[in-house]
Amino acid sequence: MSKLTPVLSANWDEKDSFTIEGYKRNGGYKAVTKALAMEPDAVIQVIKDSGLRGRGGAGFPTGSKWGFIPQGDNKEHYLVVNADESEPGTCKDMPLLLANPHVLIEGIIIGSYAIRANHAFIYLRGEVVHVYRRVQQAIEDAYKAGLLGKNIGGKGFDLELTLHAGAGAYICGEETALLDSLEGFRGQPRLRPPFPAIAGLYAKPTVVNNVESIASVPSIINNGIEWFQAMGTEKSKGFTLYSLSGHVNNPGQFEAPLGITLRELLELAGGIRSGHKLKFWTPGGSSTPMFTDQHLDIALDYEGVSAAGSMLGTKALQIFDETTCVVRAALRWSEFYKHESCGKCTPCREGTWWLVQALHDLEDGKGTEADLTKLLDLCDNIAGRSFCALADGAVAPIMSSLKYFRDEYLEHQRNGGCPFDPIASTVFKTVGA
Amino acid sequence: MTPEQALLETQAPVEMITVVIDGFEVTVPKGTLVIRAAEKLGIQIPRFCDHPLLDPAGACRQCLVDIEINGRAFPKPQASCTIPVENNMIVKTQLTSPVAEKAQAGIMEFLLINHPLDCPVCDKGGECPLQNQAMSNGRPESRYEGVKRTFEKPVPISSQVLLDRERCVLCARCTRFSEQIAGDPFITLNERGALQQVGIYANDPFESYYSGNTVQICPVGALTGASYRFRARPFDLVSVDSACEHCASGCAMRTDIRRGKTLRRLAGDDASVNEEWNCDKGRWAFKYLTSRERVTTPMIRGADGELHEASWPEAIAFAAAGLKDKRAGVLVGGRATVEDAYGYSKFARVALGTNDIDFRSRPHSDEETSFLSSIALDLTTTYKDIDKADQVVLLGFEPEEESPIVFLRLYKQVRKRALVVLSNAPFASRGSTKLKAKIVSDISTIVGLTSKSVILVGERLAETSGAISAAVALAEKSGAKLAWIPRRAGERGALAAGAISTLLPGSRPVSDASARVDVAAAWSVDSLPSNPGRSTSEILLALSVKNLDAVVIGGVDPLDISNAALTQLLNSFVVSLEITHSAITAIADVVLPVAAVVEKSGSFQDWQGSPRAFDKAIADSLSRSDVRILSMLADEMGSPINLPTVAATAREITALGKWDGKADAFESVAIEKESAAGDKLNLSSWRLLLDLGTLQDGEANLAGTARKASAHISSARAEKLGVKAGDLISISSDFGSLKLPVEISEMADNAIWVPRNSIGSQVIANLGFTNGEVTVVKA
Amino acid sequence: MEFTSDQIKIMDSIIARYPRSRSAIMPLLHYVQAIDGYITPRGIEKISEKLDISTAEVTAVSTFYTQYRSEPAGEYHVGVCINTLCAVMGGDAIYDSLTDHLGIKNHETTKDGKVSIERIECNAACDYAPVVMVNWEFYDNQTPQSVKDLVDGARAGNPPAPTRGPKTLRTWKQNSEVLAGLNDGLANEGISAGEASLLGLKISKGGK
Repeated sequence: MSKLTPVLSANWDEKDSFTIEGYKRNGGYKAVTKALAMEPDAVIQVIKDSGLRGRGGAGFPTGSKWGFIPQGDNKEHYLVVNADESEPGTCKDMPLLLANPHVLIEGIIIGSYAIRANHAFIYLRGEVVHVYRRVQQAIEDAYKAGLLGKNIGGKGFDLELTLHAGAGAYICGEETALLDSLEGFRGQPRLRPPFPAIAGLYAKPTVVNNVESIASVPSIINNGIEWFQAMGTEKSKGFTLYSLSGHVNNPGQFEAPLGITLRELLELAGGIRSGHKLKFWTPGGSSTPMFTDQHLDIALDYEGVSAAGSMLGTKALQIFDETTCVVRAALRWSEFYKHESCGKCTPCREGTWWLVQALHDLEDGKGTEADLTKLLDLCDNIAGRSFCALADGAVAPIMSSLKYFRDEYLEHQRNGGCPFDPIASTVFKTVGA
Repeated sequence: MTPEQALLETQAPVEMITVVIDGFEVTVPKGTLVIRAAEKLGIQIPRFCDHPLLDPAGACRQCLVDIEINGRAFPKPQASCTIPVENNMIVKTQLTSPVAEKAQAGIMEFLLINHPLDCPVCDKGGECPLQNQAMSNGRPESRYEGVKRTFEKPVPISSQVLLDRERCVLCARCTRFSEQIAGDPFITLNERGALQQVGIYANDPFESYYSGNTVQICPVGALTGASYRFRARPFDLVSVDSACEHCASGCAMRTDIRRGKTLRRLAGDDASVNEEWNCDKGRWAFKYLTSRERVTTPMIRGADGELHEASWPEAIAFAAAGLKDKRAGVLVGGRATVEDAYGYSKFARVALGTNDIDFRSRPHSDEETSFLSSIALDLTTTYKDIDKADQVVLLGFEPEEESPIVFLRLYKQVRKRALVVLSNAPFASRGSTKLKAKIVSDISTIVGLTSKSVILVGERLAETSGAISAAVALAEKSGAKLAWIPRRAGERGALAAGAISTLLPGSRPVSDASARVDVAAAWSVDSLPSNPGRSTSEILLALSVKNLDAVVIGGVDPLDISNAALTQLLNSFVVSLEITHSAITAIADVVLPVAAVVEKSGSFQDWQGSPRAFDKAIADSLSRSDVRILSMLADEMGSPINLPTVAATAREITALGKWDGKADAFESVAIEKESAAGDKLNLSSWRLLLDLGTLQDGEANLAGTARKASAHISSARAEKLGVKAGDLISISSDFGSLKLPVEISEMADNAIWVPRNSIGSQVIANLGFTNGEVTVVKA
Repeated sequence: MEFTSDQIKIMDSIIARYPRSRSAIMPLLHYVQAIDGYITPRGIEKISEKLDISTAEVTAVSTFYTQYRSEPAGEYHVGVCINTLCAVMGGDAIYDSLTDHLGIKNHETTKDGKVSIERIECNAACDYAPVVMVNWEFYDNQTPQSVKDLVDGARAGNPPAPTRGPKTLRTWKQNSEVLAGLNDGLANEGISAGEASLLGLKISKGGK
């Protein structure tokens, strides 16, 4: 019997799962009716009591975030959904929105009602046109069904929902950069305080939530706190989407209670690529320090991963087997962070520029033991010195790979170049396949 | 705004906070940033993006320090430029925290990896915060062995500012200044990450009136001024505090001299006036004094009709002979220092025995004369009143064009707290648009002003009969504070010095016998003339009809007054005190060279009435101030005025002091409505900040950023004329005509506006007036 | 060349979606790409005028985001994911063979204007690695050969359909129009979810 608990993904196998009819047929939009019959504060309380934590990476309690919005302040409030899914390895929100955009819309209606927002936004990354189509159509259909617009469900609640396409900037997943971007500026992070709950979009109280967090709300309203709390671990309640990719036999999405282990997930994914063995993996995207085969039994919840020296992040489990060069992996991630650094602060902008060159030299076999010491010192001068967390993410793969595979870095020098055959790690193995 | 300024502005009690920095306690107002609190202790935390007058950015990360509050330490170093002090805060800077010291050294190393290190050929070398702080807070050697980022350089982003992107540390001071202070976001950060760079939109150069400030606050040599580039090393320059001679804003300035030559001028610091900014005219328009047209020796017109060089004694004797016992008037010009204006004032009364003196070399009226003699000098409105105002009304006044620092103060309040601004201009200029000013066509319709409101009256209000009276009535009715802001730096001081027919120095009415006795006693003369004097236009008229024989003229351009002014002078004996050859020297009988601002000491009065004193910047200049020459001339005429030096003049002005008696009553005038109808349009105009003004001579880089002349009309009028934006129209009066491209603005259908003195649009010369009815057709 | 009055009307309708006009800059930039294929000077100037911000401010935004191009894209813009996971799984090999095949480098366009290529970062489809995006539609589980076939088909006018997307591949400009928020009515085409997305669900339902 598997541990899997499909909730968000429960109907993805239906041909019309993304349509309003398909969604309603499976009980969709019942939670809205239920929530609109409650006091907004009671809705916030349910989400608080459920223990739902942010599924975008940081794990901040969703209900508390909603509770920070000052009420009775005679200001507009906004709910902004962060659908800028771009963290390397992360691939849960896009399939969710492709297959079931209405669950997000239902969550948005409930969340907006709870925080007294009359305008919500979905900030969707721009590089996924078909997801955009699905969400846009879902919004149009929800308007037609009276679920958006004026006087929703006859309860006197008004809500406008605007879909906004990003245009290629990882940094916009950072909530204040996202807000600047949505306001029409360069997506660079803002100084905090003020926090978005006080001065967010257009300097008005704003909640920014991840897609999966908001999409989890209708099921909690429908099924109750006990149902939700029955899943997960002591401080990490509920279900979530784990995404396995890379060198496993069957990569894919696995919706399971928080706290499942990689060993269990690997079993579901048919194990490591046949004939190979696990070398390293990320628990939640490239910004979370990597693990190795020593970490197969760590509970994949917020506390468990953190105690082992990494972060749960987006639960994007990128699996690499022994054919993969860890220096190449670290270099490529460094190139990503360099490409995505917004440029605002010195350590991130200049540091990633330097890191890429340093790692190139190491990958080419030109790095010495002293260069590794220097590299670690550079990481130390970047981590915790930058304006936002992007640069902390940038050094995570380097520092963690040096922790577990220091000798592999040196092997490059001894070998006069990378000792790995890149073709061996591909899915097609032979050129031109 | 710094908390100190907040204190100044609100006058409300501000909570004080005590923090410990590197073991020392310091108490500062709540809201003070850690970096600033450290400065109070003399602890300099290195920084690049931080600037006290810009919103905090926290971008460069150079100012990282360790902070703990209530015994709880932040897990990582914090940017001291973004964190306000709190009670029970303990700060450890690079002086006491090894973590902070390493963090700072690490940031500095990062900043330098892509820097070209071309200090020997960089204008900033020697006064460069990057250079200095790399020495004080950086590692002795870089560990970087990689490839440096390169860009094409330098890139001109306007005709006067050049950009070197390789030197740039991306602190965003320039872009934040342009957006936050000037409201001109024409330079921005473009691209991102390691390729982030300062830039402009390719087709729109960085043409802001305030662009020079970005060069000044750039902490590296990324932005340089075309005129100063490669001209000097900072350590070869002698810096002298000075005041700006261009407008009445009153900027503190710094003049940098090398071997008797002005190499550059910078904005000085004066928190109550220009803060740390100035405009590009103030910064870059100083070449006039080294122009080839400079008058270097006295000259006398010979029998051949030509000017010939003469010795000082010859020239003074010739001038004295031409003035002595003649009916003569004095035209001072609006650019005299207080001391020089006082010299003209005393010279007129004592040596010429007349009240025929006026400092206004521009359109003026009797109504204005009455306003200036009875009200203007008693106005006490200041910049601080703008900072606190609930509404500001601009009457006959375009702050960005005519007093740029007043504009910056208004913009600051508009940005910070949405200050309400009204203007009676015919349309919303670029400046007014930035101020979100509401256009009101009729002063009498303005309601809702309070005692916290401010009415700023420009000199051009005198051009509409009755408008000054309406402004005075509006202030009286509402209790709003009134201010008079003339365009030129010397006008307010000249008025105070009595360089006008109705006033003696210190607000003493000529009409008041006891005031005359007062001054006569101070001047050790038996009496002063009591007959009413003439205004500028009356003096010119009197000269032309031979009711006056001679005239002494300071820095005056006749085309600033009227198209007839020059011909009115032709048959008189003209003594010209001038810096450069001009239309006046061309017809003068005697030309006496005088010193420019950097060559003399003296003072101006800004529009607030505050003295703006300055010392001689070029110490060994032989040029003399006007007052010294007037004193020599008076001696020669046998009616000494005893003003041998600027210092002596200043002492005499102080000793005389301000009159405490009654002023003349203001004589109000009924407002006159503009009447153009049918095909006729009402033309109005004002001067743009950068135009054909003579003090901007010789500075092509600056001129290149001037706004291009265009004629503003309403869209309905454009339709009627069959033109669209950019098309040429011909504007004509009985006198002449000019052709300009059209710009469509929201304005009355019978109105048209053109710049007063720009390339292609010199209205007095082209049309014969500054305001009046014109005929407009498609060209 | 001026934008047509219909295009201006669409711009106005985009601006009307937002409480504050400046927020419309990103969809407007997508819309300029839908019309011109890239961010043209006339596009920047029109947006500046419409939003009442400086042309420099528009430039600052348009150059920040990588989807906005300063030069024309091909009719089919091919993005090969070269972030670590896709690169290791075959993205690097795909990219190399594609550049050889087309004779163009990163950010370049074939002479016929049909195909441009770009090395792209993680596109949120890692369970389908290696991934290629064409006009930002998903092409999952690619190989060097499948991508060669893909671009050859595109140049011949009949590209294969996206793996998870509409029945036929739309052009760069057409898809830019979608990102500007103009509904092309194709939302209901294509599958709900790919195999990998359904894996956990199938297992929970007793599949293997």
